[in-house]
Amino acid sequence: MSPGGANSPRPRPQGGVRLAARPDAGAAGHDPPTEAALTTTLLATDGLTVRFGGHVAVDAVTCAFRAGELTAIVGPNGAGKTTYFNLISGQIAASAGRVSLMGEDITRLSVAERCRRGLGRAFQLTNLFPDLTVLENVRLVIQARERKGFGLLSTAASHSGITTAAEAVLDRVRLADRAGSKVSELSHGNQRKLEVAMLIALDPRVYMFDEPTAGMSVDEAPVVLDLIAELKHDSDRTILLVEHKMDVIRTLADRIIVLHNGALAADGPPAEVMASDVVQEAYMGKALEDV
Amino acid sequence: MLTAILSGDTPRSRILTVLLLAVLVCLAAAPFLFPGVRALETAATICIFIVLVASYDLLLGYTGIVSFAHTMFFGLGAYGVALASTHLGRSWGALLVGTASGAVAAAVLALLIGLFSLRVRAIFFAMITLAVASAVAVLVSQLFEITGGEDGLTYQIPRALTPAFRFGELFGVNLNGRIINYYLVFAASLVLFLLLLRIVNSPFGRVLQAIRENDFRAEAIGYRVVWYRTAATCLSAAVAALAGSLYAIWLRYVGPDTTLSFEIMLDILLMVVIGGMGTMYGAVLGAVIFVLAQNYLQSLMGVAAGAAEGLPVLPLLLDPNRWLMWLGILFILSVYFFPTGIVGRLRSGR
Repeated sequence: MSPGGANSPRPRPQGGVRLAARPDAGAAGHDPPTEAALTTTLLATDGLTVRFGGHVAVDAVTCAFRAGELTAIVGPNGAGKTTYFNLISGQIAASAGRVSLMGEDITRLSVAERCRRGLGRAFQLTNLFPDLTVLENVRLVIQARERKGFGLLSTAASHSGITTAAEAVLDRVRLADRAGSKVSELSHGNQRKLEVAMLIALDPRVYMFDEPTAGMSVDEAPVVLDLIAELKHDSDRTILLVEHKMDVIRTLADRIIVLHNGALAADGPPAEVMASDVVQEAYMGKALEDV
Repeated sequence: MLTAILSGDTPRSRILTVLLLAVLVCLAAAPFLFPGVRALETAATICIFIVLVASYDLLLGYTGIVSFAHTMFFGLGAYGVALASTHLGRSWGALLVGTASGAVAAAVLALLIGLFSLRVRAIFFAMITLAVASAVAVLVSQLFEITGGEDGLTYQIPRALTPAFRFGELFGVNLNGRIINYYLVFAASLVLFLLLLRIVNSPFGRVLQAIRENDFRAEAIGYRVVWYRTAATCLSAAVAALAGSLYAIWLRYVGPDTTLSFEIMLDILLMVVIGGMGTMYGAVLGAVIFVLAQNYLQSLMGVAAGAAEGLPVLPLLLDPNRWLMWLGILFILSVYFFPTGIVGRLRSGR
């Protein structure tokens, strides 16, 4: 089945926007990464595809994500953004194509192995340890990062370095005052903040944020967005951000890729992608009219 | 100091603290506070079942794994001591060899079951453990020449642990090897319980709780969930086997009914649920209440039935032969009123 189906509008190159290569379009639509870029490419997907029965949810997406860059992944609902994330982080096995992290093929690795190699992810639907405390949730992440999970004869509390680091992360997301609360007692907004805190605590090379401010109040969202902006300053990392809010994307993104019907439809600097008529009409609909 | 011994996991409830202290004192001084063979039997059984139930709590309460093979591991430890004592003769070395080999065999078997089946869904793992445990129970019954079949094995243990060894009197109680045997069981149980308490409060224990809460997220932050589940199964199996060895040393007899039966598995489940899952201290209260009920409910009902003689219906209901019905009612009431177990209820303060 062709992505987008017969009635889907096909993007045409416009301005500086690089329209993505389609499986039937050879390599012409996507520039191969230069040698210089390769040295800084942290994450790459090459022809990444997943099929569910006859439905192609992600269709041969080839994309490289460079260090020091924040890439926003946009597209209408059902475009395959979260599925693309799931393929990268290993929650779903790819039907075809490959994922490489810092040059290593990680396509067949488990979720945990990918994480241990530097791939960190925050989830769209809050995914925490509900009966543990806020501090314990973050401690667990740092403990995993420090490879201390198999310590049997010391008490968890005796690892004061881990606790201190966890408290520092909670301070950054302004959850320090809720450190002792059970996660199930937190408001939705605070649970979202904790979700982000856990990703920050992991200190990965690749940050993957899936709608980090979804459901947050106008007072709470800036805390998370400021943190993501702060992470951008680290030139050793790359950030992938699935987001619907165009003002957020315009503020944070260095680059936008557009997914439509699972295929890569556009890839380029935010201003150019947003200004692209074809992207606005075909892939953003009314969403970009507000920009 | 005490907090360090408890690995920082204090009872966090005044009533619970008092109850636990009372249990500790009663068990520590059982030979002197409750002289008599039956009382000492009950106290030793409580000690051993505290360890057995706590080791099951490591699996069920802390890791969220439902296993029906726990009595199999308990039996492996017991048969380890029995076989070693039978073949190596009455000696401390035989007890050590039997205990160590039982624990190692249990851990290895748990490793095999874990690696082959912990990747599947929880319900399938539970079914696999049930199948393996049933197969082992049948095998033990069939291999008469090795295990003694349904009759089990009777063997001799070092004389210092038997009633024949007498060495004086204290507080009016004749001191003999049976009391030494009791204190061996008590001390080993205390050490094993504190070890389990340390494990659940270690970084490893925290990971197990994370897996119980959300295995998907535990994997996503870098924990290899299958490895942790397998390690927890092995540890739990080894401790259950050690409890089995203590039981074998105490009873000087092993048989399928005393160590491998499915009834014991159900008893362990009830004790964990009554005491409170994922608390460790729940194992203490669960084992105490259940073993006391098993040993004394029938007698108490006999007394109550005698007192109620002449009243309508009541003597019939309190007939000692109906003790299992009352035990069932007690269980239903405890689950209804304490869904988080006694410890959960006491800690929540409601």
